[in-house]
Amino acid sequence: MAVTREDVLHIADLARLGVDGARADALTKELSAILAHMEVLSAVDTASVPPTDGIGAEGTPLRPDERVSPLMERTLESFAPAMRDGFFIVPRLATHEDPAESGA
Amino acid sequence: MSRERYEMVVGLEVHVQLKTRTKAFCGCSTDFGAPPNVNTCPVCLALPGALPVLNERAVELATRAALGLGCKVNPVSIFARKNYFYPDLPKGYQISQFDQPLATGGSVAIGKNEAGADVQIGITRLHMEEDAGKSIHDRYPGATAIDLNRAGVPLIEIVSEPDLRTSADAGAYLRTVKQILQYLDVSDVSMEEGSLRVDANISVRPPGQTKLGTKTEVKNMNSFSAVERALEAEFERQCALLDSGGRVEQQTLLWDGARETVRPSRTKEGSHDYRYFPEPDLLPLKQDEKWIGDARSHLPELPDARKKRLVQEFGISPVEVEQLTATPALAEYFEAVARVSGDGKAAYNWVMGEVLAALRASSGDITHFRIRPADLAQLLNLVRDATISHTAAKRVFALMVETGKLPAQVAADEGLLQVGDEDAIATWVDEVLREHPEEGTRYLAGEKKLQGVLVGFVMKKSKGRADPKRVNQLLSARGG
Repeated sequence: MAVTREDVLHIADLARLGVDGARADALTKELSAILAHMEVLSAVDTASVPPTDGIGAEGTPLRPDERVSPLMERTLESFAPAMRDGFFIVPRLATHEDPAESGA
Repeated sequence: MSRERYEMVVGLEVHVQLKTRTKAFCGCSTDFGAPPNVNTCPVCLALPGALPVLNERAVELATRAALGLGCKVNPVSIFARKNYFYPDLPKGYQISQFDQPLATGGSVAIGKNEAGADVQIGITRLHMEEDAGKSIHDRYPGATAIDLNRAGVPLIEIVSEPDLRTSADAGAYLRTVKQILQYLDVSDVSMEEGSLRVDANISVRPPGQTKLGTKTEVKNMNSFSAVERALEAEFERQCALLDSGGRVEQQTLLWDGARETVRPSRTKEGSHDYRYFPEPDLLPLKQDEKWIGDARSHLPELPDARKKRLVQEFGISPVEVEQLTATPALAEYFEAVARVSGDGKAAYNWVMGEVLAALRASSGDITHFRIRPADLAQLLNLVRDATISHTAAKRVFALMVETGKLPAQVAADEGLLQVGDEDAIATWVDEVLREHPEEGTRYLAGEKKLQGVLVGFVMKKSKGRADPKRVNQLLSARGG
Protein backbone atom coordinates (compact mmCIF):
# COMPACT_ATOMS: atom_id res chain seq x y z
CA MET A 1 0.00 0.00 0.00
CA ALA A 2 1.43 3.34 -1.02
CA VAL A 3 0.51 6.83 0.07
CA THR A 4 -0.32 9.19 -2.76
CA ARG A 5 0.53 12.84 -2.92
CA GLU A 6 -3.23 13.56 -2.79
CA ASP A 7 -3.47 11.61 0.49
CA VAL A 8 -0.74 13.72 2.01
CA LEU A 9 -2.31 16.99 0.88
CA HIS A 10 -5.75 15.85 2.09
CA ILE A 11 -4.48 14.91 5.57
CA ALA A 12 -2.47 18.12 5.76
CA ASP A 13 -5.58 20.06 4.85
CA LEU A 14 -7.66 18.31 7.53
CA ALA A 15 -4.99 19.18 10.09
CA ARG A 16 -4.80 22.76 8.76
CA LEU A 17 -1.10 22.28 7.96
CA GLY A 18 0.50 24.18 5.14
CA VAL A 19 2.60 21.73 3.11
CA ASP A 20 4.38 22.97 -0.01
CA GLY A 21 5.11 20.92 -3.12
CA ALA A 22 8.61 19.71 -2.25
CA ARG A 23 7.62 18.83 1.32
CA ALA A 24 4.54 16.95 0.06
CA ASP A 25 6.74 14.80 -2.20
CA ALA A 26 9.13 14.06 0.66
CA LEU A 27 6.28 13.18 3.03
CA THR A 28 4.71 10.93 0.40
CA LYS A 29 7.94 8.94 0.27
CA GLU A 30 8.40 8.80 4.04
CA LEU A 31 4.84 7.74 4.77
CA SER A 32 4.92 5.14 2.01
CA ALA A 33 8.08 3.69 3.54
CA ILE A 34 6.37 3.49 6.95
CA LEU A 35 3.37 1.73 5.45
CA ALA A 36 5.65 -0.64 3.53
CA HIS A 37 7.16 -1.67 6.86
CA MET A 38 3.63 -2.18 8.26
CA GLU A 39 3.04 -4.60 5.42
CA VAL A 40 6.11 -6.55 6.52
CA LEU A 41 4.62 -6.73 10.03
CA SER A 42 1.24 -7.73 8.63
CA ALA A 43 2.84 -10.77 7.05
CA VAL A 44 3.42 -12.29 10.51
CA ASP A 45 0.85 -14.96 11.25
CA THR A 46 -1.10 -13.73 14.31
CA ALA A 47 -4.10 -16.01 13.88
CA SER A 48 -3.53 -17.63 17.27
CA VAL A 49 -2.68 -14.40 19.13
CA PRO A 50 -5.56 -12.57 20.85
CA PRO A 51 -5.81 -8.88 19.95
CA THR A 52 -4.26 -6.46 22.43
CA ASP A 53 -6.43 -3.46 23.11
CA GLY A 54 -4.13 -2.31 25.86
CA ILE A 55 -2.00 -3.53 28.71
CA GLY A 56 -3.88 -4.83 31.74
CA ALA A 57 -6.72 -7.30 31.99
CA GLU A 58 -8.78 -5.17 34.37
CA GLY A 59 -9.66 -2.57 31.83
CA THR A 60 -9.28 1.14 32.16
CA PRO A 61 -8.93 2.41 35.74
CA LEU A 62 -11.76 4.61 36.98
CA ARG A 63 -11.54 7.59 39.29
CA PRO A 64 -14.18 8.80 41.75
CA ASP A 65 -16.35 11.76 40.71
CA GLU A 66 -14.51 14.17 42.99
CA ARG A 67 -13.27 17.64 42.24
CA VAL A 68 -9.53 18.14 42.13
CA SER A 69 -7.86 21.53 42.09
CA PRO A 70 -6.05 21.86 38.77
CA LEU A 71 -2.34 21.23 38.97
CA MET A 72 -1.51 24.47 37.23
CA GLU A 73 1.84 25.91 38.14
CA ARG A 74 1.40 28.78 35.73
CA THR A 75 -1.60 30.91 34.85
CA LEU A 76 -3.38 30.47 31.52
CA GLU A 77 -2.22 33.95 30.50
CA SER A 78 1.40 32.89 30.86
CA PHE A 79 1.21 30.39 28.01
CA ALA A 80 -1.88 31.20 25.94
CA PRO A 81 -0.95 33.14 22.78
CA ALA A 82 -3.87 35.55 23.34
CA MET A 83 -6.48 36.00 26.05
CA ARG A 84 -9.21 38.55 26.69
CA ASP A 85 -11.70 38.70 29.58
CA GLY A 86 -10.75 35.14 30.49
CA PHE A 87 -11.38 33.80 26.97
CA PHE A 88 -8.74 32.29 24.72
CA ILE A 89 -8.66 34.33 21.53
CA VAL A 90 -8.13 32.59 18.18
CA PRO A 91 -8.40 33.79 14.60
CA ARG A 92 -11.87 33.53 13.20
CA LEU A 93 -12.09 30.47 10.97
CA ALA A 94 -13.72 31.12 7.62
CA THR A 95 -15.03 27.57 7.38
CA HIS A 96 -16.77 27.74 10.72
CA GLU A 97 -18.37 31.13 10.71
CA ASP A 98 -21.64 30.05 12.20
CA PRO A 99 -21.70 30.29 15.99
CA ALA A 100 -24.25 27.50 16.15
CA GLU A 101 -21.86 25.07 14.57
CA SER A 102 -19.56 24.84 17.50
CA GLY A 103 -19.92 21.99 19.90
CA ALA A 104 -19.82 18.25 19.52
CA MET B 1 -48.85 17.96 -3.48
CA SER B 2 -45.49 16.37 -4.17
CA ARG B 3 -44.98 15.37 -0.53
CA GLU B 4 -47.74 12.79 -0.78
CA ARG B 5 -45.61 10.82 -3.23
CA TYR B 6 -42.82 10.38 -0.68
CA GLU B 7 -42.27 8.92 2.72
CA MET B 8 -40.12 10.68 5.31
CA VAL B 9 -37.36 8.57 6.89
CA VAL B 10 -35.72 10.02 9.99
CA GLY B 11 -33.11 8.92 12.48
CA LEU B 12 -32.11 11.12 15.41
CA GLU B 13 -28.84 11.63 17.29
CA VAL B 14 -29.38 12.90 20.81
CA HIS B 15 -26.44 14.23 22.83
CA VAL B 16 -27.03 14.33 26.56
CA GLN B 17 -24.75 15.81 29.24
CA LEU B 18 -24.44 13.47 32.18
CA LYS B 19 -25.10 14.80 35.66
CA THR B 20 -21.63 14.40 37.15
CA ARG B 21 -19.77 16.76 39.45
CA THR B 22 -16.59 16.51 37.42
CA LYS B 23 -15.58 16.10 33.80
CA ALA B 24 -15.26 12.77 31.97
CA PHE B 25 -11.48 12.49 32.14
CA CYS B 26 -10.32 15.00 34.78
CA GLY B 27 -11.37 16.40 38.16
CA CYS B 28 -12.56 19.79 36.86
CA SER B 29 -16.00 21.00 37.89
CA THR B 30 -18.88 20.73 35.43
CA ASP B 31 -20.80 23.68 36.96
CA PHE B 32 -22.76 25.67 34.42
CA GLY B 33 -22.15 29.42 34.23
CA ALA B 34 -18.65 29.72 35.76
CA PRO B 35 -16.38 32.51 34.41
CA PRO B 36 -14.63 31.45 31.19
CA ASN B 37 -11.84 28.85 31.42
CA VAL B 38 -11.95 28.66 35.21
CA ASN B 39 -12.85 24.96 35.14
CA THR B 40 -9.85 23.80 33.16
CA CYS B 41 -6.69 21.82 33.88
CA PRO B 42 -3.80 20.28 31.96
CA VAL B 43 -6.01 17.36 30.86
CA CYS B 44 -8.90 19.33 29.33
CA LEU B 45 -6.53 21.99 28.00
CA ALA B 46 -4.52 19.23 26.30
CA LEU B 47 -1.21 20.30 27.80
CA PRO B 48 1.63 17.95 26.84
CA GLY B 49 1.94 14.87 29.01
CA ALA B 50 -1.52 15.08 30.58
CA LEU B 51 -3.43 11.80 30.58
CA PRO B 52 -7.18 11.13 30.85
CA VAL B 53 -8.65 8.99 33.65
CA LEU B 54 -12.28 7.96 33.22
CA ASN B 55 -14.91 9.18 35.69
CA GLU B 56 -16.62 6.22 37.38
CA ARG B 57 -19.88 8.12 37.89
CA ALA B 58 -20.07 8.93 34.18
CA VAL B 59 -19.82 5.22 33.42
CA GLU B 60 -22.57 4.47 35.96
CA LEU B 61 -24.92 7.09 34.52
CA ALA B 62 -24.24 6.09 30.92
CA THR B 63 -24.87 2.46 31.81
CA ARG B 64 -28.08 3.36 33.62
CA ALA B 65 -29.27 5.35 30.59
CA ALA B 66 -28.43 2.44 28.27
CA LEU B 67 -30.36 -0.05 30.39
CA GLY B 68 -33.32 2.32 30.77
CA LEU B 69 -33.49 2.65 26.99
CA GLY B 70 -33.53 -1.13 26.62
CA CYS B 71 -29.99 -1.44 25.26
CA LYS B 72 -27.56 -4.29 25.71
CA VAL B 73 -24.53 -3.03 27.62
CA ASN B 74 -21.36 -4.42 26.12
CA PRO B 75 -18.91 -5.94 28.60
CA VAL B 76 -16.02 -4.34 26.69
CA SER B 77 -16.20 -0.98 24.98
CA ILE B 78 -13.39 0.99 23.42
CA PHE B 79 -12.68 4.70 23.42
CA ALA B 80 -11.57 6.16 20.11
CA ARG B 81 -10.17 9.43 18.88
CA LYS B 82 -12.41 11.34 16.53
CA ASN B 83 -10.03 13.71 14.83
CA TYR B 84 -11.00 17.16 13.75
CA PHE B 85 -9.26 20.45 13.95
CA TYR B 86 -11.14 23.17 15.73
CA PRO B 87 -10.11 25.43 18.62
CA ASP B 88 -12.99 24.35 20.90
CA LEU B 89 -11.29 20.97 21.02
CA PRO B 90 -7.75 21.66 22.15
CA LYS B 91 -6.48 18.09 21.74
CA GLY B 92 -7.34 18.13 18.03
CA TYR B 93 -9.59 15.14 18.63
CA GLN B 94 -12.63 14.25 20.68
CA ILE B 95 -12.51 11.16 22.87
CA SER B 96 -15.54 9.19 21.76
CA GLN B 97 -16.45 5.58 21.05
CA PHE B 98 -16.66 4.20 17.55
CA ASP B 99 -16.84 0.56 16.53
CA GLN B 100 -17.25 -0.83 20.06
CA PRO B 101 -19.71 1.47 21.83
CA LEU B 102 -20.91 1.16 25.41
CA ALA B 103 -24.31 -0.21 24.42
CA THR B 104 -26.31 -1.31 21.39
CA GLY B 105 -29.75 -2.49 20.33
CA GLY B 106 -32.35 -0.68 22.47
CA SER B 107 -35.83 0.59 21.76
CA VAL B 108 -38.49 2.89 23.14
CA ALA B 109 -42.28 2.86 22.65
CA ILE B 110 -43.56 6.26 21.52
CA GLY B 111 -47.27 5.51 21.56
CA LYS B 112 -49.83 3.21 19.94
CA ASN B 113 -50.58 2.65 16.28
CA GLU B 114 -54.11 2.36 14.84
CA ALA B 115 -54.21 -1.34 15.73
CA GLY B 116 -53.41 -0.50 19.36
CA ALA B 117 -49.90 -1.97 19.29
CA ASP B 118 -46.86 -0.11 20.65
CA VAL B 119 -44.91 1.91 18.08
CA GLN B 120 -41.30 0.92 18.83
CA ILE B 121 -38.36 3.05 17.71
CA GLY B 122 -35.07 1.22 17.63
CA ILE B 123 -31.93 2.58 19.26
CA THR B 124 -28.87 1.58 17.28
CA ARG B 125 -26.28 2.51 19.86
CA LEU B 126 -25.46 4.55 22.91
CA HIS B 127 -21.89 5.63 23.39
CA MET B 128 -19.88 7.80 25.76
CA GLU B 129 -17.90 10.83 24.66
CA GLU B 130 -16.65 14.20 25.86
CA ASP B 131 -18.17 17.57 25.06
CA ALA B 132 -16.26 20.29 23.24
CA GLY B 133 -15.74 23.83 24.53
CA LYS B 134 -17.75 26.85 23.44
CA SER B 135 -16.67 29.17 20.64
CA ILE B 136 -18.15 32.62 20.65
CA HIS B 137 -17.89 34.35 17.31
CA ASP B 138 -19.79 37.56 17.87
CA ARG B 139 -18.01 38.90 20.95
CA TYR B 140 -14.86 40.38 19.42
CA PRO B 141 -14.57 41.55 15.81
CA GLY B 142 -12.42 39.35 13.62
CA ALA B 143 -11.67 36.87 16.39
CA THR B 144 -13.26 33.91 18.08
CA ALA B 145 -13.40 33.66 21.87
CA ILE B 146 -12.94 30.20 23.33
CA ASP B 147 -14.28 29.00 26.68
CA LEU B 148 -13.12 25.50 27.57
CA ASN B 149 -15.19 25.06 30.75
CA ARG B 150 -17.45 22.67 28.83
CA ALA B 151 -14.58 20.81 27.14
CA GLY B 152 -14.46 17.32 28.60
CA VAL B 153 -17.92 17.29 30.19
CA PRO B 154 -19.24 13.72 29.86
CA LEU B 155 -21.90 13.09 27.21
CA ILE B 156 -23.80 10.15 25.91
CA GLU B 157 -24.89 10.05 22.30
CA ILE B 158 -28.06 8.10 21.62
CA VAL B 159 -28.43 7.13 17.96
CA SER B 160 -31.85 5.95 16.79
CA GLU B 161 -32.59 3.63 13.90
CA PRO B 162 -34.13 5.38 10.85
CA ASP B 163 -37.53 4.24 12.15
CA LEU B 164 -39.29 7.60 12.37
CA ARG B 165 -41.77 8.37 9.59
CA THR B 166 -43.27 11.72 10.56
CA SER B 167 -42.08 14.88 12.28
CA ALA B 168 -44.71 14.26 14.97
CA ASP B 169 -43.18 10.82 15.63
CA ALA B 170 -39.76 12.48 15.92
CA GLY B 171 -41.20 14.86 18.52
CA ALA B 172 -42.84 11.98 20.39
CA TYR B 173 -39.56 10.02 20.36
CA LEU B 174 -37.64 12.98 21.78
CA ARG B 175 -40.20 13.60 24.51
CA THR B 176 -40.19 9.90 25.42
CA VAL B 177 -36.39 9.69 25.57
CA LYS B 178 -36.21 12.90 27.58
CA GLN B 179 -38.80 11.63 30.05
CA ILE B 180 -36.98 8.30 30.49
CA LEU B 181 -33.68 10.12 31.11
CA GLN B 182 -35.42 12.38 33.66
CA TYR B 183 -36.81 9.36 35.49
CA LEU B 184 -33.35 7.76 35.40
CA ASP B 185 -31.93 11.00 36.85
CA VAL B 186 -28.86 10.87 34.63
CA SER B 187 -29.08 14.39 33.17
CA ASP B 188 -30.77 17.77 33.48
CA VAL B 189 -31.97 17.22 29.87
CA SER B 190 -32.44 20.95 29.27
CA MET B 191 -32.26 22.10 25.64
CA GLU B 192 -32.12 25.70 26.86
CA GLU B 193 -28.95 25.04 28.88
CA GLY B 194 -27.55 22.78 26.19
CA SER B 195 -27.58 19.60 28.27
CA LEU B 196 -29.67 17.95 25.53
CA ARG B 197 -28.93 18.52 21.84
CA VAL B 198 -30.49 16.93 18.78
CA ASP B 199 -29.24 16.36 15.23
CA ALA B 200 -31.53 14.79 12.64
CA ASN B 201 -30.75 12.58 9.64
CA ILE B 202 -33.51 12.71 7.06
CA SER B 203 -34.14 11.17 3.66
CA VAL B 204 -37.19 10.54 1.51
CA ARG B 205 -38.31 7.62 -0.67
CA PRO B 206 -41.45 6.50 -2.46
CA PRO B 207 -43.74 4.53 -0.10
CA GLY B 208 -43.03 0.82 -0.35
CA GLN B 209 -39.38 1.25 -1.35
CA THR B 210 -37.06 -0.42 1.15
CA LYS B 211 -33.80 1.17 -0.01
CA LEU B 212 -32.99 4.38 1.83
CA GLY B 213 -32.65 7.63 -0.10
CA THR B 214 -29.65 9.95 0.24
CA LYS B 215 -29.80 11.62 3.63
CA THR B 216 -28.97 15.06 4.87
CA GLU B 217 -28.06 15.97 8.43
CA VAL B 218 -29.92 18.87 10.03
CA LYS B 219 -28.41 20.68 13.01
CA ASN B 220 -28.95 23.81 15.08
CA MET B 221 -32.42 23.11 16.44
CA ASN B 222 -32.98 24.55 19.90
CA SER B 223 -36.30 22.94 20.87
CA PHE B 224 -38.31 19.83 20.10
CA SER B 225 -40.80 21.89 18.11
CA ALA B 226 -37.87 23.34 16.12
CA VAL B 227 -36.85 19.74 15.30
CA GLU B 228 -40.35 19.04 14.02
CA ARG B 229 -40.49 22.23 11.95
CA ALA B 230 -36.97 21.66 10.56
CA LEU B 231 -37.90 18.11 9.49
CA GLU B 232 -41.02 19.39 7.71
CA ALA B 233 -39.02 22.08 5.91
CA GLU B 234 -36.29 19.65 4.86
CA PHE B 235 -38.87 17.04 3.80
CA GLU B 236 -40.55 19.64 1.54
CA ARG B 237 -37.17 20.63 0.11
CA GLN B 238 -36.13 17.05 -0.71
CA CYS B 239 -39.54 16.17 -2.21
CA ALA B 240 -39.50 19.26 -4.43
CA LEU B 241 -35.91 18.53 -5.47
CA LEU B 242 -36.72 14.96 -6.55
CA ASP B 243 -39.92 16.03 -8.30
CA SER B 244 -38.03 18.54 -10.39
CA GLY B 245 -35.63 15.81 -11.50
CA GLY B 246 -32.86 16.77 -9.08
CA ARG B 247 -30.86 14.65 -6.65
CA VAL B 248 -30.49 15.01 -2.91
CA GLU B 249 -26.89 15.76 -2.02
CA GLN B 250 -25.45 14.35 1.20
CA GLN B 251 -24.67 17.42 3.30
CA THR B 252 -25.02 19.11 6.65
CA LEU B 253 -27.75 21.73 6.92
CA LEU B 254 -28.46 24.30 9.59
CA TRP B 255 -32.00 25.12 10.74
CA ASP B 256 -32.71 28.82 10.62
CA GLY B 257 -35.62 29.24 13.01
CA ALA B 258 -36.19 32.91 12.18
CA ARG B 259 -36.62 32.15 8.48
CA GLU B 260 -38.21 28.69 9.03
CA THR B 261 -35.79 27.18 6.56
CA VAL B 262 -32.64 25.07 6.31
CA ARG B 263 -29.43 26.26 4.71
CA PRO B 264 -26.14 24.50 3.96
CA SER B 265 -23.57 24.64 6.71
CA ARG B 266 -20.26 26.22 5.78
CA THR B 267 -18.36 23.27 7.20
CA LYS B 268 -15.70 22.52 4.65
CA GLU B 269 -16.04 19.37 2.64
CA GLY B 270 -14.00 16.58 4.16
CA SER B 271 -14.36 17.76 7.74
CA HIS B 272 -16.35 14.59 8.38
CA ASP B 273 -13.23 12.60 7.60
CA TYR B 274 -12.68 11.88 11.27
CA ARG B 275 -9.96 9.21 10.96
CA TYR B 276 -11.12 7.35 14.05
CA PHE B 277 -8.58 5.17 15.80
CA PRO B 278 -8.48 3.55 19.26
CA GLU B 279 -7.55 6.05 22.00
CA PRO B 280 -4.09 4.86 23.11
CA ASP B 281 -4.34 6.79 26.41
CA LEU B 282 -7.29 4.74 27.66
CA LEU B 283 -7.59 1.00 28.11
CA PRO B 284 -10.83 -0.71 27.08
CA LEU B 285 -13.71 -0.06 29.45
CA LYS B 286 -14.62 -3.38 31.03
CA GLN B 287 -17.88 -3.91 32.89
CA ASP B 288 -18.47 -7.39 34.20
CA GLU B 289 -21.86 -9.06 34.35
CA LYS B 290 -22.15 -8.33 38.07
CA TRP B 291 -21.64 -4.57 37.60
CA ILE B 292 -24.19 -4.49 34.77
CA GLY B 293 -26.60 -6.67 36.77
CA ASP B 294 -26.30 -4.36 39.78
CA ALA B 295 -26.97 -1.34 37.60
CA ARG B 296 -30.03 -3.09 36.17
CA SER B 297 -31.42 -4.02 39.57
CA HIS B 298 -30.99 -0.44 40.80
CA LEU B 299 -32.89 1.15 37.91
CA PRO B 300 -35.60 3.49 39.17
CA GLU B 301 -39.22 2.98 38.13
CA LEU B 302 -39.60 4.09 34.50
CA PRO B 303 -42.46 6.25 33.17
CA ASP B 304 -44.58 3.44 31.68
CA ALA B 305 -44.41 1.33 34.83
CA ARG B 306 -45.26 4.32 37.00
CA LYS B 307 -48.27 5.24 34.84
CA LYS B 308 -49.68 1.72 35.08
CA ARG B 309 -49.20 1.63 38.83
CA LEU B 310 -50.72 5.05 39.51
CA VAL B 311 -53.80 4.20 37.42
CA GLN B 312 -54.25 0.97 39.36
CA GLU B 313 -53.56 2.36 42.82
CA PHE B 314 -55.36 5.67 42.67
CA GLY B 315 -58.17 5.16 40.17
CA ILE B 316 -57.17 8.01 37.89
CA SER B 317 -57.72 7.89 34.14
CA PRO B 318 -55.03 7.21 31.50
CA VAL B 319 -55.31 10.83 30.31
CA GLU B 320 -54.90 12.16 33.84
CA VAL B 321 -51.90 9.93 34.53
CA GLU B 322 -50.12 11.26 31.42
CA GLN B 323 -50.32 14.77 32.88
CA LEU B 324 -49.25 13.69 36.35
CA THR B 325 -46.22 11.71 35.19
CA ALA B 326 -44.88 14.41 32.85
CA THR B 327 -41.92 14.77 35.17
CA PRO B 328 -40.83 12.42 37.96
CA ALA B 329 -40.99 15.27 40.49
CA LEU B 330 -44.65 16.00 39.69
CA ALA B 331 -45.51 12.29 39.79
CA GLU B 332 -43.82 11.92 43.17
CA TYR B 333 -45.62 14.95 44.58
CA PHE B 334 -48.98 13.65 43.40
CA GLU B 335 -48.32 10.18 44.72
CA ALA B 336 -47.41 11.50 48.17
CA VAL B 337 -50.56 13.66 48.35
CA ALA B 338 -52.76 10.80 47.11
CA ARG B 339 -51.19 8.32 49.50
CA VAL B 340 -51.49 10.48 52.63
CA SER B 341 -54.98 11.78 51.83
CA GLY B 342 -56.22 8.44 50.50
CA ASP B 343 -58.09 10.28 47.72
CA GLY B 344 -56.44 10.02 44.29
CA LYS B 345 -59.13 11.97 42.49
CA ALA B 346 -58.98 14.96 44.84
CA ALA B 347 -55.17 14.82 44.79
CA TYR B 348 -55.24 14.90 40.98
CA ASN B 349 -57.62 17.88 40.94
CA TRP B 350 -55.59 19.88 43.43
CA VAL B 351 -52.16 19.08 41.98
CA MET B 352 -53.16 19.79 38.38
CA GLY B 353 -55.24 22.81 39.40
CA GLU B 354 -54.11 24.87 42.35
CA VAL B 355 -50.57 23.53 42.70
CA LEU B 356 -49.56 24.01 39.06
CA ALA B 357 -51.28 27.42 38.96
CA ALA B 358 -49.33 28.52 42.04
CA LEU B 359 -46.07 27.25 40.50
CA ARG B 360 -46.80 29.05 37.24
CA ALA B 361 -47.58 32.26 39.10
CA SER B 362 -44.26 32.13 40.97
CA SER B 363 -42.26 30.52 38.13
CA GLY B 364 -41.30 27.95 40.76
CA ASP B 365 -40.62 24.26 40.38
CA ILE B 366 -42.33 21.54 42.30
CA THR B 367 -39.27 20.19 44.07
CA HIS B 368 -39.03 23.50 45.96
CA PHE B 369 -42.76 24.11 46.35
CA ARG B 370 -43.61 25.59 49.76
CA ILE B 371 -46.56 23.32 50.49
CA ARG B 372 -45.28 19.85 51.22
CA PRO B 373 -47.42 16.93 50.01
CA ALA B 374 -48.42 15.88 53.55
CA ASP B 375 -49.74 19.38 54.29
CA LEU B 376 -51.76 19.49 51.08
CA ALA B 377 -53.15 16.06 51.99
CA GLN B 378 -54.18 17.50 55.36
CA LEU B 379 -56.03 20.31 53.57
CA LEU B 380 -57.83 17.75 51.40
CA ASN B 381 -58.84 15.88 54.53
CA LEU B 382 -60.27 19.08 56.07
CA VAL B 383 -62.49 19.44 52.99
CA ARG B 384 -63.49 15.78 53.03
CA ASP B 385 -64.43 15.95 56.71
CA ALA B 386 -66.46 19.11 56.00
CA THR B 387 -64.27 21.01 58.46
CA ILE B 388 -63.86 23.68 55.79
CA SER B 389 -65.72 24.28 52.53
CA HIS B 390 -64.13 23.83 49.13
CA THR B 391 -64.22 27.59 48.63
CA ALA B 392 -62.54 28.19 51.96
CA ALA B 393 -59.94 25.53 51.11
CA LYS B 394 -58.81 27.55 48.11
CA ARG B 395 -58.31 30.55 50.36
CA VAL B 396 -56.43 28.40 52.90
CA PHE B 397 -54.24 27.04 50.08
CA ALA B 398 -53.34 30.56 48.94
CA LEU B 399 -52.41 31.52 52.50
CA MET B 400 -50.37 28.34 52.94
CA VAL B 401 -48.36 29.29 49.82
CA GLU B 402 -47.94 32.79 51.23
CA THR B 403 -47.10 31.99 54.85
CA GLY B 404 -45.94 28.37 54.91
CA LYS B 405 -48.35 27.65 57.78
CA LEU B 406 -50.26 24.39 58.22
CA PRO B 407 -53.84 24.18 56.85
CA ALA B 408 -55.70 23.66 60.16
CA GLN B 409 -53.90 26.62 61.66
CA VAL B 410 -54.64 28.89 58.68
CA ALA B 411 -58.32 27.86 58.69
CA ALA B 412 -58.62 28.61 62.43
CA ASP B 413 -56.70 31.91 62.21
CA GLU B 414 -58.85 33.12 59.34
CA GLY B 415 -62.13 31.93 60.88
CA LEU B 416 -62.73 29.66 57.89
CA LEU B 417 -63.74 26.57 59.85
CA GLN B 418 -67.06 25.47 58.47
CA VAL B 419 -70.12 26.00 60.63
CA GLY B 420 -72.51 23.06 60.60
CA ASP B 421 -74.38 24.27 63.65
CA GLU B 422 -78.13 24.49 62.87
CA ASP B 423 -78.76 27.56 65.03
CA ALA B 424 -75.98 29.61 63.48
CA ILE B 425 -77.08 28.66 59.97
CA ALA B 426 -80.74 29.34 60.79
CA THR B 427 -79.78 32.82 62.00
CA TRP B 428 -77.92 33.53 58.73
CA VAL B 429 -80.90 32.24 56.69
CA ASP B 430 -83.30 34.47 58.63
CA GLU B 431 -81.07 37.47 58.11
CA VAL B 432 -80.76 36.80 54.37
CA LEU B 433 -84.53 36.47 53.97
CA ARG B 434 -84.96 39.74 55.81
CA GLU B 435 -82.29 41.57 53.85
CA HIS B 436 -83.53 40.31 50.49
CA PRO B 437 -87.32 40.54 50.91
CA GLU B 438 -88.14 40.28 47.20
CA GLU B 439 -86.22 37.03 46.57
CA GLY B 440 -87.29 35.75 49.99
CA THR B 441 -90.97 36.28 49.39
CA ARG B 442 -90.89 34.79 45.91
CA TYR B 443 -88.92 31.78 47.16
CA LEU B 444 -91.25 31.15 50.07
CA ALA B 445 -94.16 31.43 47.61
CA GLY B 446 -92.76 28.45 45.73
CA GLU B 447 -90.20 29.86 43.23
CA LYS B 448 -87.70 27.02 43.80
CA LYS B 449 -85.14 28.23 41.30
CA LEU B 450 -84.20 31.06 43.67
CA GLN B 451 -82.77 28.58 46.19
CA GLY B 452 -79.29 28.75 44.63
CA VAL B 453 -79.30 32.54 44.81
CA LEU B 454 -80.26 32.46 48.48
CA VAL B 455 -77.63 29.83 49.29
CA GLY B 456 -75.11 32.17 47.67
CA PHE B 457 -76.26 35.05 49.92
CA VAL B 458 -75.91 32.84 53.01
CA MET B 459 -72.43 31.69 51.98
CA LYS B 460 -71.41 35.30 51.44
CA LYS B 461 -72.86 36.37 54.77
CA SER B 462 -71.07 33.52 56.55
CA LYS B 463 -67.83 34.35 54.70
CA GLY B 464 -67.81 30.84 53.26
CA ARG B 465 -68.06 29.15 56.64
CA ALA B 466 -71.62 27.82 56.39
CA ASP B 467 -71.86 24.19 55.32
CA PRO B 468 -73.70 24.59 51.98
CA LYS B 469 -75.39 21.20 52.37
CA ARG B 470 -77.03 22.26 55.62
CA VAL B 471 -78.01 25.65 54.15
CA ASN B 472 -79.77 23.88 51.29
CA GLN B 473 -81.56 21.54 53.66
CA LEU B 474 -82.74 24.40 55.85
CA LEU B 475 -83.94 26.49 52.92
CA SER B 476 -85.76 23.49 51.43
CA ALA B 477 -87.53 22.98 54.75
CA ARG B 478 -88.64 26.63 54.85
CA GLY B 479 -89.66 26.79 51.22
CA GLY B 480 -91.47 23.48 51.32
